[in-house]
This record gives sequence, C-alpha cells and structure tokens, in this order.
Amino acid sequence: MSLLEIKNLEVEIDGKRILNGLNLTLEKGRVHAIMGPNGSGKSTLAYVLAGKSDYDVTGGEILFDGENVLEMAPDERAAKGLFLAFQYPVEIPGVTTMTFLRAAINAQRKKRGEAELSSPDVLKRVREEAAKLGIDPEMLRRPVNVGFSGGEKKRAETLQMSLLEPRLCVLDETDSGLDIDALKVVADGVNRLRSPERSMLVITHYQRLLDYIVPDVVHVFSKGRIVRTGSKELALELEANGYAGYLEEAA
Amino acid sequence: MKPMSAEIRPMKTAAEQTLARTFASAKDRLPGTGAIEARRASAFHRFEEAGLPHRRVEAWKYTDLRALMREAKPLAPLPDAAALARAKEAGQALAAIGARRIVFVDGSFAPELSDLADLEPGLRIASLAAALAQGVPEIVARLSGTGLADGDQAYGLNTSFMGDGAVIEVDPGHTIARPVHLVFIYAGDQASAVFPRSLVLVGEASHLTLIESHEGPDALDYQINTAIDLSVGDEATLDHLKIAVEGRQALHVSTVTATVGKNAFFRDFALTAGGAVVRNQIFLRCMGAGTNIDLRGASLLSGTQHADTTLVLDHAVAGSKSRELFKSVLDGSSRSVFQGKIIVRPDAQKTDARMMTQALLLSETAEADAKPELEIFADDVQCGHGATTGALDDKLRFYLMARGIPAKEAEALLIEAFVGEVIDGIVHEGAREAVRALMASKLEARGQV
Repeated sequence: MSLLEIKNLEVEIDGKRILNGLNLTLEKGRVHAIMGPNGSGKSTLAYVLAGKSDYDVTGGEILFDGENVLEMAPDERAAKGLFLAFQYPVEIPGVTTMTFLRAAINAQRKKRGEAELSSPDVLKRVREEAAKLGIDPEMLRRPVNVGFSGGEKKRAETLQMSLLEPRLCVLDETDSGLDIDALKVVADGVNRLRSPERSMLVITHYQRLLDYIVPDVVHVFSKGRIVRTGSKELALELEANGYAGYLEEAA
Repeated sequence: MKPMSAEIRPMKTAAEQTLARTFASAKDRLPGTGAIEARRASAFHRFEEAGLPHRRVEAWKYTDLRALMREAKPLAPLPDAAALARAKEAGQALAAIGARRIVFVDGSFAPELSDLADLEPGLRIASLAAALAQGVPEIVARLSGTGLADGDQAYGLNTSFMGDGAVIEVDPGHTIARPVHLVFIYAGDQASAVFPRSLVLVGEASHLTLIESHEGPDALDYQINTAIDLSVGDEATLDHLKIAVEGRQALHVSTVTATVGKNAFFRDFALTAGGAVVRNQIFLRCMGAGTNIDLRGASLLSGTQHADTTLVLDHAVAGSKSRELFKSVLDGSSRSVFQGKIIVRPDAQKTDARMMTQALLLSETAEADAKPELEIFADDVQCGHGATTGALDDKLRFYLMARGIPAKEAEALLIEAFVGEVIDGIVHEGAREAVRALMASKLEARGQV
C-alpha cells in the first residue's frame, strides 16, 4: 500500500479553485519533488495536507496509510506521522522553544498511546538533535522563532522534524530565505532523516535545493495539478528552460 | 437650564434599604467606639446620601452596582466549628510559597488556623477587630482619619461596616523575607456579607511581600466588600499580591488604598479568576519624589462573569515612575472593564507614567471596555497609555496543532503566553511560580469543559 494517495483533489479558497483534480501517489521511503511556478497551488497542497482550515476541499480524497486524513484535525494528522515544514514559520511570543517542543512531543506520544517523556529526557534529546543542526542551546530558551533569522527558523523546523520522527515530511519551500551555507546545513539535516520507512514531499520553486536533497521523482505543477512527471533530470531541464511551456500546456 | 437629574435622588433600592436596617441594628456591636464609631456613622451617612453607585457615576459607569446588587445580605455570623473545619484547606493553591498564613473565616480572624509563632523581629501582626475593641490609639487614629478613597461609595460602605482584618506593621529597617499570606475564605452555609478591613504599615527602608487570597463556595451568592490600606514608607518596598478565586455566584468588591513614600517601591499584582461580579479598585498616591509604582493584573473570565479594574493614580510630587499592565482573557459572555486614571499634579515634573491594557476575546459574545484617562497639569512629563483587544491568532493555533498539540492545549499555551507577561513581573520567585501554576490549572479546567 502507498503511504500517500491523493485522488482527484479539488480545493477552493474563497470560491476560487486552486487545486484542480490533483492525483499523486507516494510510496514508502521515496522522495518526490514538486516544482512549479508561483501561484500554481504548491503551498495550498502543503497546507491542505496539514489540515489548515481556510481551504475548502470540494472533491477528491487524501489517503495517508489508507486512512482518510480529510476527516482528521491537524493535531491528529501530526500524531499519525504527517509533518509540514512551514515556508514561513510563525513567531510565538511568550512560549519558549523548549516548552513548545516538550508539548508537541508528548502530545503526539499521548495520542499514540505511548508513555510521555520526562522533562530531562526531552531536554537531552533536544540538545542532541540541536547540536547536529548547529543550533545554539540559547535559542531553545527563546520564545518560538521570535527574533530568529530566516536560517535559524528553517533549522528550527528541521529540528522539530528530527524530534517528531514523522513518516511523511512535507517541505514547503524550505530553501526560501536561505543562503547557501544555511541551505547545506538544513539539507544535511533532512538527508539524515531519509530512510526506507519515511517519505518526503519536497516543494520548491528552484532546482537548487534538489542538488542537496536529491529526489527519486520530480513532478511539475501547473494550475493546480501535475502536468509532468519524470526523474531528477527533469529539474535540470526546468532550470534551463523555465516554466513557460507548462503554463500553456495546462491552460 | 440647570440639569435636573443631579438633584433627584431616586427611591432607595431594596438593597439600600436593607443596608440601612443592617447598619442601624449592627452599629452598636461593630468593633470600636468613640472616633471609630463617629467615622462609621459619617461614612454611612455619606453612603445614604449617594446610595449604591450606578452607571451615571463616572467611576462606576461600567459596573452599575445598584443594578448588579439586587439585595444586601445580612452580616456574616461568627464562624461555627463546621465553618472552621471547612476553612482548613483554604489558600492551599498557594501553599508552595511557604508564606506565614493568617486566616480569616467569614471575615473573622481564626487564630487556630493562623501562624503567629516566632514573628520575625520588626514584624507585628494583630487582628483589626481586637485593635479597635481595645482602642489602640495609633490604629484608631489611622482608621478614623480621612482616607484616599473617602469619596467612593463602596469604600464608604466598608468603612461603615468594617469588621475584622489584619493589622501588619513592619518597623523601619527590616526586611521580612518570608511572605505574609492573608487567607480570606467564605465558609458559611448561608449567603451573607463580609466587610474585611486591613491596615499595613511598612516602615522606612523595610521590605515586605504580602499576599491576599479570597475564596468561597460556588453554591452561595455571598458578598465580599474588602478594603486594605497600605502605607509604604520612604525607601521601603511593598509587594502586594491579591489572588481572588471567589465562588461562581459571589460579589467581590475590593479597594486598595496606598500611599507611597520617597524613593519607595510599590508593586501590586491582582489575579481574578472567580466571582460573578468583581470590582478591583486601587487608589494610590505618590507622596515623595522618586517613587516606583508597578501595578499589574490578570483576569481569566468565563460564563457571565464581570470584572472591573479601576485605578486612580495620583502623582503629587516630582520624579516618580509608574507602570501599569492589565490583561484579561474573556470566554463565554464575560465582560472586563478597565478604567485607569493617572493624575499628574503641577509640581509632579519628570513624572514617567505608562499604562497598558490588553484583552483577549475567546468568544464572539465577550466584551472588554477600556477607559484610560490622563489628567496632566505638569509640562515636563512622559505619559503614555495603550489599549488593545483581539482574538487568538489562528495562524499560531494552526502551527501548534500541526505539531500534534490538540486545539484546547494549543489555546492554553497561547493564553498562558499572553498572561505570562503580567505574571513575569512578580518579583518573589515562589509566588510567581505558584501564580503561574494556579493559572495553568485554571486553563486546564477550561480545556476539560
């Protein structure tokens, strides 16, 4: 059985159609990239997978490990192992990063019927993973993402992903706002998480990220659906020729 | 043409009539004679002329006590053995602080539940009723003189009926490390009225942390009208925390008056998380140059709760600094009111005053009213005020949920973060953590509803 199956998905926001009969199947252990021009619906797909309520799903279905996720609240989806690395992680004043991580880890464990981790255990795990990502322990005492640079925010997202050990990672424009050094650190973090049990959906506008996170399959997105699917070489072709041809094809 | 309405005194309400009968029958057995008796009589006379405050009295505009207080309860009897037994667990939510507990049951001092052993040098604690009955001259003089809040009807009612309370004195030059906790519990089995009055004198260059907690049963519509007069000497520091978690049907009216001396620090924190109608009023005067004032409050309201914070902050002399931060979290059809008046008198140059009030509305039917007032008569001052009202940010809520945190827990985290800024200002670490834990348990209860 596939880990993720999206069938004929139709999504609107404020009456405007964004996803237009999207079909996508992702097997366990595979990394798929979704590339496409701005406004093609890539981020909408990421948000709909995570369960953001601003969108109306008007048709189709999303099966995660055979279960219909459209009926689940965002926290239930997360506990099932679905993780969205946000393009723009929000700042949460007054909630320290450590408090937030402990709450997230234990909420998921509780929902899965596992024992909650003690504060010292959480602290130990967070410190280990943070060190691998070059995150200053001082950052963990600061409120979530408050005053973090673009690079720090993306590292923090990667840290959350490592700690929560999801089965499906959806990376929404993880490369945006990163310089090349930060991009390498984040990509290394993501690559460490690649495993036969874990799948990834890497959403990006540019081919650059895919030099570091090398996908098994590349999809080209236009006007709310996939218009072409190919190997990783497809990304290089897009980089050379741009999206112009696909915009016409989808029209 | 002269406005007529100011001249017309409407018919007395049932509550006002009951209060008059109660005063007539009780005045001879209330503690104190002579000057105290005269002071009670004049205070009640003034009350009778004005009646219960109502919406046309500007200071009570949003809390129409005449409408909200349908009846006046009889004065609470002395607590019986059953009430004292029920009171044993009072104030336990703050037990971790390890404070010296002074317990008042239905307004009466309960020595058997209080800890007066081994008082620190320089610290004296007594029962107000005892001091008035004995006619201790200094106490009688303090309480029969004019007070900062004399023009206020609720304070006037307290002065008329004041029963028991604490008299706390710290001699000059003493730092009392262990906080003093005044525990007020309503433990009667009938609804009645209680008028506690306390007096706190912190001598020059002394330091005291004073905690007041108020609690009672959900099943009774009892009435509390409490007042505390604080005097902070020159160079002294007083931290005053008031934790009011009254029963769901209770009426709680509280007056704090404070005079603050030269270069002194006065910090006041109030948490309101219970009661049907709550009024917290603070009347404060900076008496000497260089005073530092920090007033904070947090209200967690739900159902049809109504909580009003009204401040009158009088900068009478130069070079004082004041900060006010009040936040309310409103669920259901609850309502919060904030009125903050800062007066800067002509001589109070270099005053630095800043006031902020923020409301977080968790439902469509909650209401927050904010009325900051600045009356500035000096020309070289810095004064500012701000007010915000908003809902929880859906983006933050979604982010937390996307990490597996359930909706109610996510909301609790965001609410804690919102109120946390107020609690962070509590200087005593144990008290700060106890208040934080109390708030977390209140928010957890919200999640279970």
